[in-house]
Parts: sequence; C-alpha cells; structure tokens
Amino acid sequence: MDQPLHAPLEISFDYTRSLGPTLSAFVTALAERRILGVRGWDGRVHAPPFEYDPVTGHPPDQFVEVGPGGTVVSWTWTDRPLDGQPLAHAFGWALIRLDGADTAMLHAVDARSADRMRTGMRVRPRWAANGGNGITDIACFEPDAAATADTSSTRAIAEAGELAPIGMITSPVRLSYDHTVSPGESSYLLALAEGRLIGQRCPVCAKVYVPPRGACPVDGVPTRDEVQLPDTGIVTTFCVVNVPFHGQKYPSPYVAASVLIDGADIAFQHLILGCPPDEVRMGMRVKAIWKPREEWDVGHNIDHFEPTGQPDAPYDSFAHHL
Amino acid sequence: MTDVAVVGFAEAPNERHSPATTNGVEMLVPIFQQVLQSTGLKKDDIGFWCSGSSDYLAGRAFSFVSAVDAIGAFPPVMESHVEMDGAWALYEAWLKILTGEAEIALAYGFGKSSAGNLRRVLALQLDPYLVAPLWPDSVSIAALQARLGIEAGMWTESDMAFVAARSRANARDNPAALRRAGVPGEEASAESELTTRCLSELLARPYVADPLRAHDCAAVTDGAAVVILAAGERARELCGRPAWITGFEHRIDSASLGARDLTSAPSAAAAGKAAGASRAQVAELHAPFTHQEIILRRALDLGDGLSINPSGGALCGNPMFAAGLARIGSAATEIINGRADVALGHATSGPALQQNLICVMEAQ
Repeated sequence: MDQPLHAPLEISFDYTRSLGPTLSAFVTALAERRILGVRGWDGRVHAPPFEYDPVTGHPPDQFVEVGPGGTVVSWTWTDRPLDGQPLAHAFGWALIRLDGADTAMLHAVDARSADRMRTGMRVRPRWAANGGNGITDIACFEPDAAATADTSSTRAIAEAGELAPIGMITSPVRLSYDHTVSPGESSYLLALAEGRLIGQRCPVCAKVYVPPRGACPVDGVPTRDEVQLPDTGIVTTFCVVNVPFHGQKYPSPYVAASVLIDGADIAFQHLILGCPPDEVRMGMRVKAIWKPREEWDVGHNIDHFEPTGQPDAPYDSFAHHL
Repeated sequence: MTDVAVVGFAEAPNERHSPATTNGVEMLVPIFQQVLQSTGLKKDDIGFWCSGSSDYLAGRAFSFVSAVDAIGAFPPVMESHVEMDGAWALYEAWLKILTGEAEIALAYGFGKSSAGNLRRVLALQLDPYLVAPLWPDSVSIAALQARLGIEAGMWTESDMAFVAARSRANARDNPAALRRAGVPGEEASAESELTTRCLSELLARPYVADPLRAHDCAAVTDGAAVVILAAGERARELCGRPAWITGFEHRIDSASLGARDLTSAPSAAAAGKAAGASRAQVAELHAPFTHQEIILRRALDLGDGLSINPSGGALCGNPMFAAGLARIGSAATEIINGRADVALGHATSGPALQQNLICVMEAQ
C-alpha cells in the first residue's frame, strides 16, 4: 500500500484560566474599558503588566492607567488570517506602545490596507461588544484617523472599582490535524473493515503484534509480515468497572479485559459481555461478537467478546503476559 | 570533569509532507540504524536515550513517547524526553554522562509538523493570558522582529536575502536539505550566484509577512536527527576524530515580547560567552529566519570570515524539534571530517530567539 489511511483529527477545549491578583486587576480594568500597566523596579511602565518583575522577580506594587491610544513601534501584515485571529479579513499585527507605557503590547490593527501601516502611526482600541474575558475585550486597534467620531468608545464605561473583580477567563483552543496511521495500522484497519483480524510479525523475534505497531518494541525494526488471526482468544487479566463516568456506554458493573487473540503475542483491551461479571476469569476462552454488518466502519467492528464455554487456558500458558 | 564527545550524527531527509506517522518511528528507525552502523555500536551499548519533540505536532497526548518503539526498548532502557528541540535532549544526555550514569548516550529529535498547522500550533507557546488568545502566528512574530531591526538600521532586506542565497548555495552538497541551489526543478539556480542581479530578483518577490518574503522563512519540514555522545576512551574507540564538547550552555530571555529588545538575543550572547563561542572557526546557527542569523552572529560575536551554516542551516530544512540538534550534529561533523578544529552548534526555542543553546566542540 502506497498511501496509508489518514483522517481529520480535530481537538478542542475551552480552557478556564484563573487569574492571579495582577491579571485580575488588568482583566477587570479591561472590562471597564481601561488599560492598566505596572511599574517595574527600573521605573519602566509595563503594559500589558508583568506578574513578576523580570529583573527582581517581585510582584508589581503599583498599577498605572495607560492609553487608551498608543503608537505602533513595529508591524507586519497578514493577508490570510488564521482561525482564531482577531479579524477575519486582512489586517496588521503590531507592537503598540500605549501612551504612558514604556513597553509594547502585541495586538491587531484593522488598517484595511497594508499601505496604511507604518511605524509611528497612532492607534486606539476598538472594544468588543461583550467584555469580561481578558485581552480579547480589545477586539483590535484601529488607526486614530479612522476612528469613529464617537469618542465615547474610548472612554471607560465604568468607574474604576465599580465592577466586581474578574477571577477567571475562558480560552477556547481548537486545533486541526490530518492524522496518518502507519502502513501496518492501515492494513489492520482495512482488514477489520472486512471482518478479519490481522497481526504483524517481527522479522527478528517472530512475535506477532495486534494491532500492529510502527516497529517491534523489542527489536526496533518494522513488523511487515502479515499474519491472519482468528477472532478467538483468552482473557489474561481483567477488571470489573463499577464506577459510573461521563460518556459511559454500558451500565456498570461490566468487565474491561486484556484479550490475547490466539496466535498473537500481545494482548489488547476490550470488553467482556454476555455473562455476569463475577463469572469472568483469568484464562477464560472468548470469541469476538461483531456488530451487524451494516454498522461496520473502519475501526469499531467488534462490539465485545463473550465466553465460548470451552475449558480455560492453563495459567502457565499466559503467565508471561501478566 | 569527564571528556565527552560527539561521535556520530545522522539526519532523516527533510520532507514537506512525510507519509510517516507523528509518532516518528518511521523517520527514526533508518537513522538509528545508520548511526549505530557508522559507530559500530549495538543498541544495548547505549546507556541512555533522550529525545526531544512535542505532542502538539500530533494533537495527541503522550504521542511522542511512542517513538520509543524505534529503539526496541525491551528489556527496558534508561530513557528521558523533553518537550524541546533535541538539542536540549542532547544537553540532558551530556549531563547523564558527566554524572557517571552512562558512558554512551544517544539523543534524538523529530517532528512531523505537516500533520497540523505549525504557525498556529506555535501560538500556544505564547503567554496564555495576554498573547495566545489572539493566536499570533510564528511568522508574524518573526516579521515584527525583522522590521524593528530594519528600521533601526541594523540590517536591510538585502542583507536578509543574502543570508538566504548563501544558505542555499551551501546546501548544494547536503542530501538532507530540502532547499538547495542547483537542484533540477528548483527555480533556485539563480540563487547559487551571489550577485546583485540575483539579490534584486529575490527582493522583487512578494512579502509573505512584510518585511519577510518566502526566502526569509525556513522551509518547515518533517524530519528527525540523532547524535551519539561518548565519554573518554570510549569516544576514541568509536570515532577517529571525536568532536569534544568544551562548552555547553543555554539561557532564556523574558517571554514578554513587548518588554525585551527583539533586535538582540541576550540569552544567546550569555550562553555563547559561557561556552566559549568566540573560539569557533565554523558555526551552525539554528536561525529559522534570515534576520535571526544576523542577530545571532552579532550576539555570538562571530567574525565575518567565519563559515556559517555549511549545511545550509535551518533555512534549507527546518524539521521542528530536530533542527537544533541537527545544527550541533552538523557542526560536529566539520570536526569529525577534519574540516575544522573548533566548531559551534546553536539551537533556539520559543518566539523570536527567546531561548538559546550553544555547544562548542573541538578536536584534540
């Protein structure tokens, strides 16, 4: 097979981040549409603030209101914004020194055209409609000259201290990947889609792995020899799941087990159903129970394993798998 | 203190889109075999294995540790890994030998960044409160740094283009490089001649992130690298001309992009001074952007006559988490092959040269 199987992998999570005393003050001020900096040991005003002075390591003891306007000290241009960036159309990134600050803040400038970006240009914040979530309360900056005549947009919307302190922000993270499986995994998945189990044998130690791995974990060489395997095996060890959890498919108690397929040298995890959990034993012989054919896809075609009723495998025959 | 030397180096070919998995196994198995063969070592001879990569390239937790299958790690081996470029794994391996816990160590780094969108993924290394929620991409941050230097008169776009052209010319003889001059099908033949006409041709090309053009940015590739370290007599047995480590230091600057001077790299200067960088005759600098090579040269006080990036450097192939280790391996190769007596390998991590590592090696 030339091109292994691949599929999109999207991961996302809304991180909740607690704020310490410094960032809580900064974020609460942003919700009031004011911007705070802090004074460092060397007298410089840092905006955004540091939590610990980069020279002394001490937390700041003095907040200073800065901006809201500022000056661009460096910039670049993005023609095609990426997912999550402040604007969906072309915009400039800039390091902006807010009035009263000695350091710069990284943010976006909605200049509409790269020709309008220049070091030294004056900008002011465009506030998001809904605040209270940190740096994105500033939706972006815009060139001073382009700012609307409505100067109330630059004024704070609450008196300092009027809003209850904000202690947490939410940071959604979403990443997209194209996940590729190994050649061995591809063969395995395609066979599984046809109702067959395939293992791979290491050319050095002759051990059979199912599902296959990129390389034999003992010899560090690719395991390319395919071995057709039956869908029967034994339970080597198991546990009874008693605790309910979010996303649980089967009502507890039920058994999760290590199943060693006949002819394989490594067990994999699966479910043992079709008998009371207290009847499951180490060495018990089991067979795969496949889902109805019309429900098959690439991956989850074996629903669970069930006891076959045959005599248990002797302990010595699987002790080395424990 | 124990003498430790680099005795072996191998790197996987740089590919734009490797069909390998993000576990790295397919990229690593061939170069493990290559480096063990070149030193005559068996895997059981390796006393400590250490790797650098990141699960963020795969989008799966605990994914990069699966690379251990490429070792054949049974019976169990002594192993460690760091969420950094393999250069830092090499540093840990060096320490392991110095503490007497191993005589021979192998460090490897790998990354398949083509599985995701690297420019976005790297936003997650930024301040999680103040910067990351804006998702600034790594190229834009480098562009902000480049412009600061241009407008301060510290370098020009032409200086940057020269770095790109010189790198590709150097990479001509590097089979692992992706971008090199003179390769059939590559429209880079003009870049092999460092003429005014060639530079103005490069400068006529469009910006990708003003003031950066495509040639100013490293070709991000999928790849892997491996370096073997050995102590004292063992090193002499394994290699005819080992590259002895005489200085190995790393330092880090503030994470606050707006609060530090982005046109200099104090952490590189400090690491370089502590490691004895000024003695180097050849330097492999991990500079994924052309202007960053200029910053590093000045930080390390490297003279104009010094050979920089004879391999072509990261601009010609930048496999995440392996490129820094590959710089050290390439620098060591200059010594091992008798082309230099003192060589320097540099690695960087974090945005805009925030963290820097210097390894100085010499022949005895």
